[in-house]
Amino acid sequence: MSKQTAAPPSRAGAEEQSSTGVIDPPNEVDKKKLAQERDQAKERQKDRLGGLEPNQLIDLYRQMILIRRFEEKAAEVYVAGKIGGFCHLYIGQEAVGVGSISAIRKDDYVIGSYREHGQALAKGLSARSIMAELYGKVTGCSKGKGGSMHMFDKELGFLGGHGIVGGQIPLATGTAFASKYLGTDQVTLCYFGEAAVNQGAFHESLNMAQLWKLPCIYICENNQYGMGTSVERAMSLRDIAAKSCAYEMASEFVDGMDVLAIREATLRAVERARKDHLPTLLEIRTYRFMGHSMSDPGNYRTRAEIEKYQERDPIKLFTASLIEAKIADEATLDKLDKEVREEVEDAVRVAEESPLPPAEDLYTDIYANPIETGQSRTIR
Amino acid sequence: MPTLTIREALNQAIREEIIRDERVFIMGEEVAAYDGAYKVTRGLLHDFGDKRVIDTPITELGFAGLGVGAAMVGLRPIVEFMTFNFSILATDQIINSAAKMLYMSGGQFNVPIVFRGPGGSAFQVSSQHSQALESWYAYFPGLKVVMPSTPADAKGLLKSAIRDDDPVVFIEQERMYGNKGEVPDDPDFTIPLGVADVKREGTDCTIVARSLMVPVALKAAEQLQEQGVSCEVIDPRTIRPLDIDTIIESVKKTNRVVLAEESHPICSVNAEISHEIMQFAFDYLDAPVKRVSGADVPMPYAKNLEQAAVPDVEKIIAAVREVAYLD
Repeated sequence: MSKQTAAPPSRAGAEEQSSTGVIDPPNEVDKKKLAQERDQAKERQKDRLGGLEPNQLIDLYRQMILIRRFEEKAAEVYVAGKIGGFCHLYIGQEAVGVGSISAIRKDDYVIGSYREHGQALAKGLSARSIMAELYGKVTGCSKGKGGSMHMFDKELGFLGGHGIVGGQIPLATGTAFASKYLGTDQVTLCYFGEAAVNQGAFHESLNMAQLWKLPCIYICENNQYGMGTSVERAMSLRDIAAKSCAYEMASEFVDGMDVLAIREATLRAVERARKDHLPTLLEIRTYRFMGHSMSDPGNYRTRAEIEKYQERDPIKLFTASLIEAKIADEATLDKLDKEVREEVEDAVRVAEESPLPPAEDLYTDIYANPIETGQSRTIR
Repeated sequence: MPTLTIREALNQAIREEIIRDERVFIMGEEVAAYDGAYKVTRGLLHDFGDKRVIDTPITELGFAGLGVGAAMVGLRPIVEFMTFNFSILATDQIINSAAKMLYMSGGQFNVPIVFRGPGGSAFQVSSQHSQALESWYAYFPGLKVVMPSTPADAKGLLKSAIRDDDPVVFIEQERMYGNKGEVPDDPDFTIPLGVADVKREGTDCTIVARSLMVPVALKAAEQLQEQGVSCEVIDPRTIRPLDIDTIIESVKKTNRVVLAEESHPICSVNAEISHEIMQFAFDYLDAPVKRVSGADVPMPYAKNLEQAAVPDVEKIIAAVREVAYLD
């Protein structure tokens, strides 16, 4: 770890690394071992509950189940042919977006990859505006021009979903550059999968961010697969957090199934960014329960492996923690779940009823300063 | 009016816009301490400091993308590519990010950025350092593409590009930095993007030329005048959006047209202009549209081969004589 690391970097990861089965994915579920790991995770999370008020904890829970229910519904309407194109779901990774975005201010920037529905919800975009975007309706957050991979909301500081692996990483470095240039103390959270770490854009960005001391927090959501290629088959050095050493950047390895661990690690990174304009790399080990996209047959991983991670489901873990600590009872959580389901149903209703973009929208938003010439007349 | 080189005119434009707008800064390889690989940024670090004039590592994709991100949240970066040959590494950010951001965000995030630097043929630097890339960038809706040919145009167009709210690809010519001309010193002097300029009036044949081909075409026009052929030379100056109307009006007057460019002929900007002329002035043409292009080969090193690969005065004269049925 680098000397810039303000807080001692959590190497809880080292133990997770073996316990999450990255090195040796199991073919059969060792139920006893799984139960043991789950209990250990719960113990660790219990220690963190005190950091927040009960209503804040319940809000985190609500956000996570909103994402889960939203994505389940997205899968359903996708299969029903209501939405088109690619659709990359966030199921299994909810704790990452919710925990980290809970650590920043409203005026901070968030930018992600094409798997960004969850981060958009956590940043405050409404389920309605995201669902309508999936439907390609004019009421969508990008007016139906972006779709699943390109959600934007300028007012909420959500700078997109980006479709080229790693393409958003230089952009995030630029928003952080702008914060420093303009003398604001805004920070940028930049999300990408572990496969993006193999792109040049990642390394070029981290180099500049540390060189110029830019307030950017690079959040690698290591869900262990780049599409169908496991990290073992794609990365020579799999300790992603350690790659920050190449740039003398602070880093932490974080359990991606513990929303509070993620929040705390992000808080440390945010402080470093706001106070000292220093970047951080967070490697957050997580798992996607669904395929890469809706068209993924998933034949590259075993049922046992998926089941193993489902035992570490971040929502199950947090539910158990809240109930055991008597922060909420089952009835309260059920009620929340019902509310969230209604919110998602409402989003679908609005999306269904919303109009398509008007035909003339085809030719708007190409230029902020359109210059009418003979050519634009003829090309149309 | 002072006489300046294109290099000095560009320097003046950047200087004036840095003074005019706090949000404007320039970044790129060797732009600061080295004073610019081609000295376009000479003295800027000294005068404005390292907040506004920033040396980058050799990391084109990275700093191009950084510029786009900064532009999304309110800055107005000028990103210098030491040469446009190196912009090839940054095309993902120029095309997938800068060009498309406004559209795919439903009109929320415009990207006011200028990507500038020299392009086109250079002197004996072989294939990777000597090529015309404008047709790549002109292909993409969302980008504006500008190619000046005189010091005054360079200054006026660059100032407009910096003030523009969209991404502008501004391609200078490596061989032309030392070319001189009169340049207005009024800090409010600008030339609007998307407006062609008639560099020489004539009646018998239109020559459409940009960048390095403008002085070459003007020289050809002079010699053709002595041979009794009056040529009109039109410089589109902006490739996208293209002021096709000025070209069409000229063709309707002269009934003959030669299109000159350094690019390879396949899928070039002039292939597009040729189509537009066919569409809008077909009945006015007394001869097929004639193109003079760079050779369809990677640029060679040997001096004689290089000369053969780049259009010159003789080739343009021959083309005009051909469409005028003089030979």
